[in-house]
Order: sequence, then structure tokens, then C-alpha cells
Amino acid sequence: MLLSLVTLLPLAFALVMLLIPRESWIRPVALVLALAEFVISLKLLIDFDKTTPAIQFVEKIPWVPEMGISYFLGLDGLSLWLVLLTTFLMPIVILGSWTAINTKVKGFHVALFILQTAMMGSFVAMDAILFYVFFELSLVPMYFMVGIWGGQRRIYATVKFFIYTMAGSLMMLLAIIYLMFATRDTLGYMSSSLLDFYAIKLPFVAGELMNPQTLLFFAFSLAFAIKVPMFPFHTWLPDAHVEAPTPGSVLLAGVMLKMGSYGFLRFVIPMFAEAAGYYAWVFLFLGVVGIIYGALVAMVQPDIKKLVAYSSVSHMGYVMIGLFALNTYGVTGSLYQMLNHGVSTGALFLLIGMIYERTHNREISKYGGLAKAMPIFTILFVIVTMSSIAVPMTNGFIGEFLILMGTFEASKPFAIAAVTGVVLGAVYMLWMVKRVFFGPPGELVADEHHPLHDINTREMVVMAPLIVLIFWMGLFPTTFLNYSKASIDHFVNNRDNYRLAAPTTISGPSDTKFAAKESR
Amino acid sequence: MSNQLLIAILLLAPLAGFLFNGLRYKSHNAYLAGTVATIMVGISFICSCILVSRLVGEGAPQAVGAKYFEWIAVGGLSVTAGFVIDHISAIMVLVVTGVGTLIHLFSIGYMSHDARPSKYFAYLNFFLFNMLLLILGENLLLMFVGWEGVGLCSYLLIGFWFTDADKAAAGMKAFVTNRIGDAGFLLGIFSLFFMFGTVNFQEIIARLPVNGMEVYMWGPITVACLFLFVGAMGKSAQIPLYVWLPDAMAGPTPVSALIHAATMVTAGVYMIVRLNPLFLLAPNAMHVIAIIGGATALMGATIGLTQWDIKKVLAYSTVSQLGYMFLACGVGAFGAAMFHLMTHAFFKALMFLGSGSVIHAMHEEQDIRKMGGLKKYLPITHFTFMLGWLAIIGIPPLAGFFSKDEILWFSFSSIHGHKALWIVGVITAACTSFYMTRLMALTFWGKSRVPKEVHPHESPAVMTIPLIVLGVLSVIGGWIGIPHVIGAVLPGHPGNGLEHWLEHLVHEPTLRQAYGAATEWALMGISVSLAVLAALLAYNFYVTNPERPAKFTAKIQGLYNLVYNKYFVDEFYFARIINPLVEASRALWAYVDVNFIDRTTYVVSDMVRGVGSAARSFQTGNLQQYAMYIALGLAVTMFLILR
Repeated sequence: MLLSLVTLLPLAFALVMLLIPRESWIRPVALVLALAEFVISLKLLIDFDKTTPAIQFVEKIPWVPEMGISYFLGLDGLSLWLVLLTTFLMPIVILGSWTAINTKVKGFHVALFILQTAMMGSFVAMDAILFYVFFELSLVPMYFMVGIWGGQRRIYATVKFFIYTMAGSLMMLLAIIYLMFATRDTLGYMSSSLLDFYAIKLPFVAGELMNPQTLLFFAFSLAFAIKVPMFPFHTWLPDAHVEAPTPGSVLLAGVMLKMGSYGFLRFVIPMFAEAAGYYAWVFLFLGVVGIIYGALVAMVQPDIKKLVAYSSVSHMGYVMIGLFALNTYGVTGSLYQMLNHGVSTGALFLLIGMIYERTHNREISKYGGLAKAMPIFTILFVIVTMSSIAVPMTNGFIGEFLILMGTFEASKPFAIAAVTGVVLGAVYMLWMVKRVFFGPPGELVADEHHPLHDINTREMVVMAPLIVLIFWMGLFPTTFLNYSKASIDHFVNNRDNYRLAAPTTISGPSDTKFAAKESR
Repeated sequence: MSNQLLIAILLLAPLAGFLFNGLRYKSHNAYLAGTVATIMVGISFICSCILVSRLVGEGAPQAVGAKYFEWIAVGGLSVTAGFVIDHISAIMVLVVTGVGTLIHLFSIGYMSHDARPSKYFAYLNFFLFNMLLLILGENLLLMFVGWEGVGLCSYLLIGFWFTDADKAAAGMKAFVTNRIGDAGFLLGIFSLFFMFGTVNFQEIIARLPVNGMEVYMWGPITVACLFLFVGAMGKSAQIPLYVWLPDAMAGPTPVSALIHAATMVTAGVYMIVRLNPLFLLAPNAMHVIAIIGGATALMGATIGLTQWDIKKVLAYSTVSQLGYMFLACGVGAFGAAMFHLMTHAFFKALMFLGSGSVIHAMHEEQDIRKMGGLKKYLPITHFTFMLGWLAIIGIPPLAGFFSKDEILWFSFSSIHGHKALWIVGVITAACTSFYMTRLMALTFWGKSRVPKEVHPHESPAVMTIPLIVLGVLSVIGGWIGIPHVIGAVLPGHPGNGLEHWLEHLVHEPTLRQAYGAATEWALMGISVSLAVLAALLAYNFYVTNPERPAKFTAKIQGLYNLVYNKYFVDEFYFARIINPLVEASRALWAYVDVNFIDRTTYVVSDMVRGVGSAARSFQTGNLQQYAMYIALGLAVTMFLILR
């Protein structure tokens, strides 16, 4: 029941939003509800059993029994932190957009809560069709968020975003349908459960494209690679980010991109083990290209937000090479980097949003000397920058270090190429920091008619949890990694024949919890 | 007190100082901020002394240490937050906290007029915390944490006066150049981890293959050593990554003394000494280190001959002296490297602080052409600076003489050494002597060229006391490592204390052949007399005949310009690497992202739209047309059925 509650509660909140009569009540109520949701989701953490790789909090209700489709939820060490990241970021986003969103406030918060359910649903769905529903559902609120509350070229950006993602996910739908027929043929019953997908063995011919496993592998990969986004499918991202309102950017970068990398972790690598191993170099290569390319292009962006958007391409490149290093270090690092990126890039977008609210401009060349005008803001920005460029004692370091280490084990040349990202990351971020914060006051900073105020209490409250998390994750990573260890070890060690254990007797949500406990 | 507690206090005291001053960063009270910061570092120094004293004596442990918590545990990688003081890190920790305390004290006076002294002292304390992590960390990863941390503090302190865009740029340059080294260091850590299954120093050294000397250039250990050396190149400013250090002088002068002379920049040397048994297995890597060290020493010294900025001269001197230390490492004289690291920390910190005192007195003037004759205004500064000068040019019995001489001796005699390296070392020594005498002469001696409106005055006691202490250390600091040939003729026959202290961690290099004491005396004589001659020449050039340098440089204009412009290395990097990279990135953005990938997707979407509009043309809403489609469809179906 708990997992359903956590997943679907935001949908109910969206309804609550609709019923609120006064616009001025919307934000406080939304904030309280989002906080409540976060607190409830902590119960998952408390009840989580770290010792088992099996899925927990399982719920399974038949949905379309004729086709073996069910409402099937479960949580394990791979998805736990992503769910918590989502519930954690939500109140921050709501408080962060307190003054940024002034039109159609109600609609905005409705979209926000629907988006939350969609994102979390994707992380906990253990049924491919259910996953697909959530995965696609997430597009709708984001489409409106960019399209309604976005910047000047919002329509172009949002349509581009929608079509790119849609094109990818259609391939995935076809692949899912194929797999469902494959379960019928090999297991004797049709099913869209991931556990059944893991169990079927698909023929694989090395080096040839036209065999089921390779084709399905690439069909899924395309869908997720677009979402990640992986070079060369990344061009929707900078446009979407630049046009999206701050909360949209935070959730897009913070959580939605992880639906892609999570897809590789949950679907692509375990289901198509042979193809993933055989074609790992493709992803290592594209990942490394993404790291370097994203960094270089980020370096020359005139717009701060676009710079951070391209930095996401670079950071997600790290996530990809870590996953396809296919060893414990790489996968652990990737999972950690997904969380890091959610925290750090989310924080960067929030900070950029704060400065944008003050000046309505994001052009780097118009700033300069901001450190003098906004000292506290500068301190926060520099801390987040350090996290983003993976300075030790911040979260970024742990992820990047483990990823590079895993890549080194898998392939030295790729690791040597990827390590240049460590340098380039410092270049584009510090160059931006230098131009925005240091030097003599720029056009916008020197403007006497609009003196810049340092960040206020609300903004401090928004940033504080993120800053705490940056150091906590950097200093005590075991707090987080202990929860994922069993799942990751299981994932890496049994990659050739991946199975996920689940409680055997599931009839309804009522006795699920009990059954799950029993099976451990 | 237990080691556990002492090490915790040692590490956390500067961190506490950082938090204290960091949280009240707006305060203008330099005395409060400085006093707290200095006391915190002083506490660290006292703790270090107590801990090091536990290593002294018969039956004392080889190392004291403490483990706190498990930091990272993934797969086979287990990294403990544990710290260790052994005979190598003991030297380093004493130098860093001792010299650190003096420089903090000096800063109280130096930064008393600054707008944000709290922030300055916070950064300085934070630097010290990171430096201690680097020194005491029991494994490569903790060292790396400190390694990057000191780089971060260096960045913040170089760009401390950030409203000046050039200073901010210098900070960024330092960070980025260091990052190139750090990338190499990371690869080195990975190489070692996958070779030995651990990142712990002691465990790595214990697991080294016996007789595992690698003869080939690209053996795994050699490659690992070279990766680590890339890290050292960045942090310790060796060719080709030295370019950040001269620019780093943009920071406040005590920062240059602490970070960019005495402590942080020697981290690369320290790392190599710490892993010396590993490097000994890779003779080819050692050759590379020796050659790069020697080349850097010579290059830094020659550039130093021509600079006019007091701090730039000292900066290039630091580059050059660091080159000496790497030369020592490369020829296997790790003990000599540590020795020179220590004496250099004394006399170079002294000279930087002295230059700070001069700059303070001259109201932020750094150009030595506008100084001269400061001797009478700044007697204490002058006297202590002179001790530093005598030490660095290697006049016996000052500190620099012993350490530099040991390096030169081993570069001549060690099996890893070569006569050419010795020649480079001696030429460097002569250059050093020349430019340092030039600096002394132009700053303190001769006629005053001080502008009329400037009234130089001696600095307050908080600034002169550190100078005096460091001056004393520059004189006597070398006496702990008196070579055997000299010890033999001195009354009481003092032994080489440092060699003895380090003996179970660092072995003296094997000599190529059995050289007699006469050879050692002769080599010593050559280097010292060359240094004296160079000093006399410089005195003649800049004090006796001040018009001579201009005439002389006019004769060798081309060469002079080349050296004066630092061999155009920065210009080369900009023209050939940085600018092309930025241009290429712009091109990538414009051509790959916007014009290629997006264009391609437009073509695809246009095709889809084309198909769509073709299909749309069927749906005109015209009834007759639909009727025709039906008729046609029927006809075709009939045809297919009846065929």
C-alpha cells in the first residue's frame, strides 16, 4: 500500500489544487502537501531492507489479465534513491518558484503534481506497460510547463522536446509489445512484467543487426538515449532548458533525465545482457564524446542557462560511461552521479532562476562583479559550482571518481579520454563564474536604477537543504550507497542471467507487505 | 592524550578557524580574525610537535596514526578516513604548521587594512586544513582530497581581490592548470589500485614486487609513475604546467609565501618521496622526472634573471627550486629532495614575507626599478632578507648550501644521475646567485629610486617577528643534514641527522662508483665558487656600475627579449591550444549542433510533414472526389478478385 500511496498521492494533490478556491492559498497548500509527501516517502527509507536485492513494497493487481498486464509496483536499491530524490526536490521546487510563476498558478501546480506521480511511477513500475504509461504521462505536464510558463521560443522548444521523446518511446512501445509476445511463446503466458522479461532468453548473434536481441536492444536504447540525452540526441535539451521556467528546468534536469539513465539500468542492460556487453563500446564512445562535446559547447555559450544545459549533456555522459563500464565501480558511480546531478544541477538552475528574477537577463557578458553586489548568493553559487566540477568533499567527486575508476577497469583508452572532462568541466564552470561574479561590475550589476539585493530568507531556505546534501553526500557517501549495495552487486554479478526476486504470493495490496517480508 | 584525539585536534583546529571566520566573513576586524586563525594553526603546530616527539627515541614506533570512519566502500575499494604520521610526513607536518603559524601571524599585520580580513583568514585556515589532509592522509585518495582542496584554496586566494579581472583570471588559470595535473593523478590512482588492489600507501609499498624493476618504457608501474608525475607537474609547477605559478602572485603576498612557495607547491615532491619505493621500480620514469626537474630548474632561473617585479623574481625562483627537488627525486635522492623542500620552505617563505614587508612599506609597489636603498628604511627586513639570500645562493653554512649541495652531489654520483644533470644544476645555481643578488641590490642597496611621495617604513612587530624566526631557521635549518665529508672534519663529527631520521623509509641512492672524498669536496668547491662569482658579478652590475646591465642587454637583445618574455610559453599556449580550442568549440556548436543535428531532424520532420500533406490532399471534402475514390477502389478490388 505504501508504495502506491507515495506514487499516487501527488495525483490526489493535483485534484486538491483544482479545488482550492483562492489563488493565494495555492502555493502554501502545495508546499505543505509536497512536504507531507516527502515525509511519507521517508517511510520507504525506514522500512527498506538493505540486505536484499529483491524488490520490496511489492504490489500487484491485474490490469488487463488477458494480456498479462498488471499494476505492478516494486522498489529496490536501484530505484529507491531516485524516488526519494523526486519527493525531496518537489517542495524545493514549489518554494523556489514562489515568485517566479505569476500566471495560471493553479494550473502550474496541478501540472507539477501530475508530473511528480508520472516520474515516481516510472521509477517504481515493475510492469513494462505501466512503465510506459508513466513514462509518457510525464511528457504531458512538462509539455505544458514549457509551453505555457516558458520563455519566448517556448512553443518551438516544447514541441521539439515532445517530438524527440515521443519518437524514441514509440520504438520502445513496439519493443515492449514484441517482448510480450515473446513471453507468450517461451513462458506459455503473455506478460508484461519485467520479471518475466528478465526470464526470457532472446536469440543474439554477435555482430549482426538483424536479430531480435540486437534490434530490441537498440529500440530501447534509442528511447532512453534521447531521454538521457546522449550525444547526438541531445539538441532538444538546451532548447527545452532555456525556455522552461525554473521549476521546469529543475525537474527536467533533476529527475526526468534520470528516467533515461534509469531505463538503461532497469531495462536495457539486464534484459539484453549479451547485446549490452557486445555493444558497450558504442555507449562508452558516445558517452565520452558527450562528456567532451558537452563541455566544449558549454564553454562557449553566451547564456548561463544554456551553459548549464550543455553541462548536463557532459554530466550525463559520465552516467552513461559508468553504466556501460558494467562493473561495480562504474554502476555505483553512475547511480550516485544521477543523484548528484539532480542535486547540483537542480541547485544551479534554482540559483540562475533567482538571478534571472532580479535582472530578467541571462547573458553572461552583461554580468561581472556580482560577487560584490550579492556575496551570499556568490558563496552558494561557488559551492554548487564546486559540486558540479566534482571537487572532493562534495557529492560530485564520489560519483565522478567511481565512474572514471569503473571506466578505467573496463577500458583504459576511454578512461583517459573521459578524464579530460575533469579539466574541461573546471574550464567552462570557472570561466563562467569568473565572468559573472568577478572583475569590475558589468552592465546589469552596475545599474543604479535596479540595485541587486542579495538572496532573501525564502531563497536561503530553498538552497539550504541542497547545500547540506552536497556535503553530506560528499563526506558520508556510505549513508546512501549502503542502501543500493545489494542491488548493484546483484546487478553486476548476475548480469549474464539477471533475475529479480519478488514475493511469490501476491494477490492484492493488502497482504503484499507481509508476503514481501516473508520472502526475504 | 591519545593519538586519535591529537590528530583530530590537529586537523580540526584549522577547520574550526575556517568556520569561525567564514561565518563572520563581513567583519572588518583583522586582529580578531587573525588572532583566532593564528591560534588555530598554532594549536595544530603544538599537536604536531607532540605527535612527532612520539616517534623519537629508542623503541619508538615507526609511525603513529588514527582511523576515524570508512569514507568509501564500493566493490574492492575501501577508503578509510585514517591519518598517519611517519618519518616523512613528520617533517612535512612540522614545516607546514610551523611556517604556517608564522605566516598567519605575519598576515595580521599585512592584511590589517584590507576590507575583508575575515574571509582571508578563513581561506587561509581552510587551506591549512586541506594541506594537513594531503600530508597526513594514509591513502592516495585522502591525499587527493587535500590535493584538490589546496588547489581550491589557492584559487580562492589568488583571486582574493576578485574585482580585478586579471587577478580573477590568474586564480582560474591556477585551478585549471592544476586540474590537468589532477586528471593525471586520478589515472595514477586507478593504475595503482588495479595493480595492487589498494590505495593505502603502506599497503601499496608492502605489495610492490620484489625485484620488479621495469626496464621497458611502458611497463605498468612506469606508466603509473608517469601519471602520478603529471599530477606533481601541475601542483608543483614543472614544465609544461608551471605557467600558473608566476601568475599566482596576484594573490596577497603572505599567500604566495605559504601556498606558492613553502607548502602547497611542494606537494608533488612530497607525494613522490612518499611513494619512493614505487618510483625506484621504474627507472625510466625517474629519468623523465630528473630531466624535467633539471630543465625546469634552469628555465625558471634564467627567466628570473630578467624580471622586474619583486614577486615574479621570487616566483620563478620557486619554480626553479622546485625543479631542483624533482631533479633530486629523479636521481633517487629522495632524502635530499625532502631536505631541500624543508630548507626552501624556510628561506623562500622568509623572502616572500620580506618582499611582503617591502611591498607593504612601498604602498603596494612591486617594481624593483622603483626601489633601491631600502636598507636604511627597513633594517630588519633587509637583514633577514639577506639571510634568505645567502641561504638560497648556497653560501655555507646556511641552510640552502647543505640541501642544494646534496642534490648536486647525488645528481653527479647516483646511478640514476648523469654529469649533464650536474652541469645543469650548477649553471642553475650560478643563475640563482646572480638573480638573487640582483634582487637584493635593486631593492635594498645602491641609490634610492623611490618616488618622492612614498615614505617607506619598517613593518610592525607582528610582521618582523616571523621574519626573524624564519631568518634563524634559514641559517641553522641545514645543520640537521650535514654531509659526511663535512661532518668528518667538523669538531664533534656531527652525523647526517636527517638521513638517519629517514633511513627506514628512504634509502640513500646507490652511487655509480666509489667516489673519494676529494671528488665531493671538488664539486662542492666548484658550485660554491661559481655562486660567489655570479654574486660578485651581479653586485658589480647593479651596485657598482648601474649603467652596465642596459649596455649588456642591448648587445644580446634577441636572447634578452626571449627570456624577458618568458620564452613566449604563455603566448604559445594561447595561440596554439586555448584559442583554437575555443574557436573549435564555437564551430562545434554552430555546425554540429545547430546546422547538422538540428538540420537533419528538420529534414526528417519535413519528410513526415510532406507525407502528411500528401495524404491531406486526398481529403478535400469534395463529395464527387470521394465518390471517385470509392469507384476507383471498387474497380481495383473487382480487378483483383476477378483476375
